[in-house]
Amino acid sequence: MTDIRHHLVVLIAGDSGDGIQLLGSQLIRAAAQSGQDVRTLSDFPAEIRAPQGTVSGVSGFQFQIASETIFDPGDAADVFVAFNVAGWLKHKHKLKSGGLLIASSEGFDARSMALAGLAPDESPLADAKHSHQVLEIDLKKITQEALKEVALGTKEKNRAKNMTVLGVLTWMYGMSAASMEADLRRQFQGDLAEANLKAFKAGYHLGETAEWSAYRKEVPQRSAAPGTYKTLSGSQGIALGIAAVAHQLGRSILYAGYPITPASDILHEVARLRPEGVSTFQAEDEIASVTAAIGASFAGNLGVTASSGPGISLKGEGLGLAVMLELPLLIVNVQRGGPSTGLPTKMEQSDLLQALYGRHGEAPMPVMAIKRTGESVDDVLLAAKIAVEAMTPVLLLSDAYIANSAEPYRIPSPSDWPSITPNVREGQLPYTRDAHGVRTWTAPGTPGGEHRIGGLESEAETGHVSYDAGNHQAMIQARAHKVQSVTRFYGPLCVEVGEAEGDLVVVGWGSTYGALRTAVENLRGQGLRITHLHLKHLFPLHPDLKPFLAGFQRVVVVEMNEGQLLRHLRAEGICSPEFIGKTSGQPFGAAELQARLATLIQAKS
Amino acid sequence: MTGKEFLSDQEVRWCPGCGDYSILKQFTEVLATMGADPANTVVVSGIGCSSRMPYYVHSYGIHSLHGRAPAIATGIKLANPALDVWLITGDGDALSIGGNHLIHALRRNVGVPILLFNNEIYGLTKGQYSPTSKPGLQTKSTPTGSIDHPVNPLTLALGAGATFVARSMDRHPVHLRGSMTAAKEHGGAALLEIYQNCNVFHDGAFEVFTDKKTQSDHAIFLEHGQPITFGADGQRALILEGGQPVEVSLAERSASECWIHDETDPIKAYALARMVGDIRPFGTLYREERPTFESQVHAAAQSTRGIEEVFALGRTWTVE
Repeated sequence: MTDIRHHLVVLIAGDSGDGIQLLGSQLIRAAAQSGQDVRTLSDFPAEIRAPQGTVSGVSGFQFQIASETIFDPGDAADVFVAFNVAGWLKHKHKLKSGGLLIASSEGFDARSMALAGLAPDESPLADAKHSHQVLEIDLKKITQEALKEVALGTKEKNRAKNMTVLGVLTWMYGMSAASMEADLRRQFQGDLAEANLKAFKAGYHLGETAEWSAYRKEVPQRSAAPGTYKTLSGSQGIALGIAAVAHQLGRSILYAGYPITPASDILHEVARLRPEGVSTFQAEDEIASVTAAIGASFAGNLGVTASSGPGISLKGEGLGLAVMLELPLLIVNVQRGGPSTGLPTKMEQSDLLQALYGRHGEAPMPVMAIKRTGESVDDVLLAAKIAVEAMTPVLLLSDAYIANSAEPYRIPSPSDWPSITPNVREGQLPYTRDAHGVRTWTAPGTPGGEHRIGGLESEAETGHVSYDAGNHQAMIQARAHKVQSVTRFYGPLCVEVGEAEGDLVVVGWGSTYGALRTAVENLRGQGLRITHLHLKHLFPLHPDLKPFLAGFQRVVVVEMNEGQLLRHLRAEGICSPEFIGKTSGQPFGAAELQARLATLIQAKS
Repeated sequence: MTGKEFLSDQEVRWCPGCGDYSILKQFTEVLATMGADPANTVVVSGIGCSSRMPYYVHSYGIHSLHGRAPAIATGIKLANPALDVWLITGDGDALSIGGNHLIHALRRNVGVPILLFNNEIYGLTKGQYSPTSKPGLQTKSTPTGSIDHPVNPLTLALGAGATFVARSMDRHPVHLRGSMTAAKEHGGAALLEIYQNCNVFHDGAFEVFTDKKTQSDHAIFLEHGQPITFGADGQRALILEGGQPVEVSLAERSASECWIHDETDPIKAYALARMVGDIRPFGTLYREERPTFESQVHAAAQSTRGIEEVFALGRTWTVE
């Protein structure tokens, strides 16, 4: 009888050349297609071809599939696929006690042991058997055997090992072999398609013939809302959001970027999609990418740029100009571990203070954060709406975790999206403000609208250069007032889980969302009365935030830094919260957060 | 519109006697002569004395950041290639803090004439040596004389792959107007170096080239297809010997033996640009036809996908 599980956490680890990401994405797409909910977590080295077989070169992919709605990629793994011993050593603490280790024989041979730094007399698989089930598969032999009639070299054939594993897992977790094969046929052509399909089938039949029924588990299907779906990563979502903005705005977008991990994927994705009304420009540096975007906005398009922390620092001068010019501009920061080059492929939320304050002069701008992949399109649309309708640069924060984490996404209809209306008031001077303090957007090419703007302080109304002290102060206040007024675009302040008042509220922002929500729900399941609030708008803060938080005895801020939202809430006079932080490059797990919250609650109560 | 009508209502605030006044005058005259539409004209600048110019021109204008004007102009041209965009910059702006952006705007061939006012000094920051200052120049930041080897804007532009490289001067209005017109008519990225006198911090830096009394013996005015001659009597000429310009007298040689200026020859252009002594060439050194960056970007942008297609791209599945 098949073992029914409502949640299944799978971890795959090995060399970056083992095809782990491909294997993982096949599995999650298949799961998502059968209606299960999916969340993923990628972990890979910064080096393109990291030293083979070593612990530092390990690439990992974790995902959770579930028969109900989930918010995080899971904590301890139920099954661990180790292509090599290095992958096992790096992540073995993540396999549940009693969980299943599927090990590739070749990856645990003497050579692999040496590469991973183990002595010849050590026996990691025998050790693993003390606390786990171990299934050793000679992937190399099985794959070579299955492909003996395929016209490919030994090395190429060996690359199909991941497809053999895909076959084994497809069988083991009761997924549809037919739809998996169809999906592979769509992706590959010629000898490669033949090789991958043969390897897949070999793995699938191996499961059937090897009497591994004891390992079989099934995650029941779930009935998702009707619609057309795809799997989406955060960076893909941001790229789609940019396409959606061009559609809603009815004006072109210039996406100007400069390569930097982990923001480059947005540039790649926009360039690949080629959406109507969007041009991409790979500039000579970060400074040129933001200033070209500003030039495009001056000319009546919407300029969009993205980067990561160090690149945002370089763009800082340009952001000051955009504040001064009062032009719409969308800036995305896909945060990574800093400062400096830091941890380019690891996640951190440590650019919040930079986003809020990292400019010269009095230069406020709206700051928003994406909390999950599935909301990235809507968040880009809202950020662009604020930028265009309030004539201001808007900074949208993502991070390395959201950038690479995938989930099923129901393709929306453009009729669901907000309108984005350029603030064009013909015949008005460039710095004439409307009731919300917003100036008019008159682009070159408009007869009679000729005007000059610049980085020097502008005279109210005309925009002429003005060194007048009173004018400068008035303009600083006008710009600040305009930015404060963007709260009119905000939705209501909504809790994720819990009551609108009580003993304790946990406040997060950005990608901690999934783990935080799961942790809070679990604690509530234990009878604790906790509320989870997740902030989308970091500046200006939601007008209802202060009175809302005042309804709680204790406020705890959870974030992936050393206390940046914490300081922000104090500085804005909202409250003086307690704090849980982390800066290890790895996101919070739900169980980890649950334990830290429980400890915090106990310590004081 | 007349040249005067191309002046904005703003008070011009350069120092009395500054070479910029002449450049502004010639610029507005050129706009008038070329029939420019102020609504379709955008003057982009960086930071420095020269970069104040957009404020004084009746058109659209943006006075941006130190060195960044080429990137701003690139964004404008990509957004709307139909705009007539001019870029105003100086030696510090274009060749020091903005060196990178200049190189890339030139090699991409963004369709923008770049008027580089070279006065071999930082003026607006009150008199430091600039990347084009001659070694030994004593300034506030180099009281014992500068030791930097100067950058040569013309060889830099040629090295960057510029499609149009020229030089003119503030005190020769006819030549300056002709050079600006040629730069605009080129259509691509056109670097026009303009010798401009800063009478406050570096007066007379180019006097031998600009003063009527000495000009003919120091300034060579190039004309495409014509022998390269100069001198008060027009009897001095250049020939190319082993790739080097060598001066000869037309009393001894016939004009047909001289170096005939060919704007399309990059090697000869480089030899001319290398003349940094007391005889220097003015006019168009080099010109080549190449599609502009913005025209290529827009050609590529013709094959786009509609919004539904973009969202449906990749593997999708439907839940009934």
